[in-house]
Amino acid sequence: MRVPRSMRGRPGRRVGTGLLPGRRAGTGLLARLPLPRRTGRGASAPDLLVDPADRFRFTDLLGEATADIGSRPGRLVTTIIGTVLGIAALIATIGFAQTAAAQIARQFDTVAATQLVVTPATARTGGGQTVATAALPWDAVARMERLAGVESAALLAEVSLPTATITAVPVNDPSQAPVAAPPVYAASAELLDALGGRLSTGRFFDAGHDERADRVAVLGARAATRLGVERVDQQPSIFVDGIAYTVVGVVDGLDARAELLDAVLLPTGTARADLGLGAPGDVQARIAIGAGPQLRDQAARALAPDAPDTLEVRAPDGRSQLRQDVQADVNGVFVVLSVVVLLAGGVGIANVTMLSVVERVGEIGLRRAVGATGRQIAGQFVAESMVIGLLGGLIGASLGVFAVVAIALARDWTPVVSPWVTVGGALLGALLGLVAGGLPARRAAQIEPVDALRGGT
Amino acid sequence: MTAAPTAPAAATGPDPAPDAVPAIELRDLTRSFPGPPEVQALKGVNVSVADGEYVAITGPSGSGKSTMLNILGLLDRPTVGEYRLGGVLTGTLTEDQRAAVRARQLGFVFQAFHLMSRRTVLENVLLPMLYSGTPRAQREPRAREALQRVGLDHRVDFLPGTLSGGERQRVAVARAVATRPRVLLADEPTGNLDQATSGEIMALFEELHADGLTLVVITHDEGVARRASRRIRLADGRVSPAA
Repeated sequence: MRVPRSMRGRPGRRVGTGLLPGRRAGTGLLARLPLPRRTGRGASAPDLLVDPADRFRFTDLLGEATADIGSRPGRLVTTIIGTVLGIAALIATIGFAQTAAAQIARQFDTVAATQLVVTPATARTGGGQTVATAALPWDAVARMERLAGVESAALLAEVSLPTATITAVPVNDPSQAPVAAPPVYAASAELLDALGGRLSTGRFFDAGHDERADRVAVLGARAATRLGVERVDQQPSIFVDGIAYTVVGVVDGLDARAELLDAVLLPTGTARADLGLGAPGDVQARIAIGAGPQLRDQAARALAPDAPDTLEVRAPDGRSQLRQDVQADVNGVFVVLSVVVLLAGGVGIANVTMLSVVERVGEIGLRRAVGATGRQIAGQFVAESMVIGLLGGLIGASLGVFAVVAIALARDWTPVVSPWVTVGGALLGALLGLVAGGLPARRAAQIEPVDALRGGT
Repeated sequence: MTAAPTAPAAATGPDPAPDAVPAIELRDLTRSFPGPPEVQALKGVNVSVADGEYVAITGPSGSGKSTMLNILGLLDRPTVGEYRLGGVLTGTLTEDQRAAVRARQLGFVFQAFHLMSRRTVLENVLLPMLYSGTPRAQREPRAREALQRVGLDHRVDFLPGTLSGGERQRVAVARAVATRPRVLLADEPTGNLDQATSGEIMALFEELHADGLTLVVITHDEGVARRASRRIRLADGRVSPAA
């Protein structure tokens, strides 16, 4: 503590060298005063004497703001509870909306959003019947697959057999009650891929069966149960109007056109040869997500270049539009509610910070006496309330995420919360603290040091 | 007592230099508090304290001692008159500049200690260096040195609440001198202490004075005032000849 006399200096002689860069702050510092002629620079003038690294910096501010934060846990809890609840409600609301949207969009994405159907336009005849006004070409699959965005395409046509019987045994038993025959569909070999189907056993027919008009059939799972076909390793047959078809496979799951599970599927060539199929009914295609709007035009032109209007194309809308619609429905009221809770939380922080300013008048006085400026005092209180808000935001965001996970688990959904939402929630808490601390901090900065010191610690 | 010079204007410290600028110079200083009725706490005070001097300001309560200390500590501004600290007129400084001067040139010791109860002794001593611009690497060594200086190096990690009154005041003194101020201002430093611990603090002040520190102690305790090298007596806001 011994201060050498030589270092204590004579200010009258030293002022001229005060700004020389070689001189370190701290050695001759205690003998120097900021001169009045430098005051034109304003508040920063005294700081010219101090190395920037040694000034009161943001890290110092944060250090001072966080040093005593855990010293009164009870008060901390009551201070942040409003923020925690508000942020948690907000995150849970947004997270729940995201989860629900993802859940709905997932279903749309895998089925509707990737399925495109082309059917000939229909018109009503004078007799009240509906007839097709155009026919699809037989090479529709090849034409469709040339289009960008089409991942797989297949022909599908219902074969109308109003009087046909379909059985697994070639015996006509008059004593048996007549049962409705399962519908018969003619399909091209790509159908399984285009509809995203799965086989429970056997295989699907291929392009060779189609060209040769082989008498093979694939059954939908429910049709197979009705016909008593459970295995295909012994090459069972079914009889359609007395003609035997070898069952090569059973389909037990389809992403679209689930009605085919009740049907008997024949190759298109076979249906044309044996059952007189006149024209393909429609084209079923699996497309890339988001390709729907473009393919709606392109598919009609590819299949009927001379008269694209005669074809009806059902294609999904863009994916983002769908998500937005779903999300907008869910949020609304809850967001407003959470914001109200959040505002109450902000008022809570403001109140407790105001109380803390009053309680800590002595500390404010001390800090002012040892050289803190009003701005540094204000900064400290703002930083403290901001840290409290950030803490509340962090806890609230975690609680919100847990709530979303719990709801999703209860409903057997996949929880989806954007990481930016949770980060945003925590930051929103900090922002709330920042705003809430503003008024008390102003008050703290305006307390005169003399009055503050009289207040005691 | 007999050695103490009585003329306030004559700056005669232990080592007076002929052209020395006084550490503190008050000229026709008046501080009035607007009424009604208007109260003049200080009336045309002229005081000069040389570098390295040890001055006691005494007087009955209400005589303007505290107002004087607040003005000397740049916590309050005079209504009329000049206050030069180290030869520099303080009246023209902005609030932020005054804060910077407090941080680097002045050290405070209060009657009520004003220690932060949730910080350790070392952290309390480190506090003013946050604002004084002391080079970061030197802060902790200086704080420990200051605590050693006041004989508390075995208490650095204690909380103030576990210390005795005398120890607390010694922490406050360490805090005040750690930034190596030009002037140490003490406001009734022994007001909350018993006779024995008062003696310790006064002995500490004398050691600091011997090291060359300028001390201004405000007290109403004659025993304390007698140990200073010079006494300034305030009565009703005016400097009266020392008794």
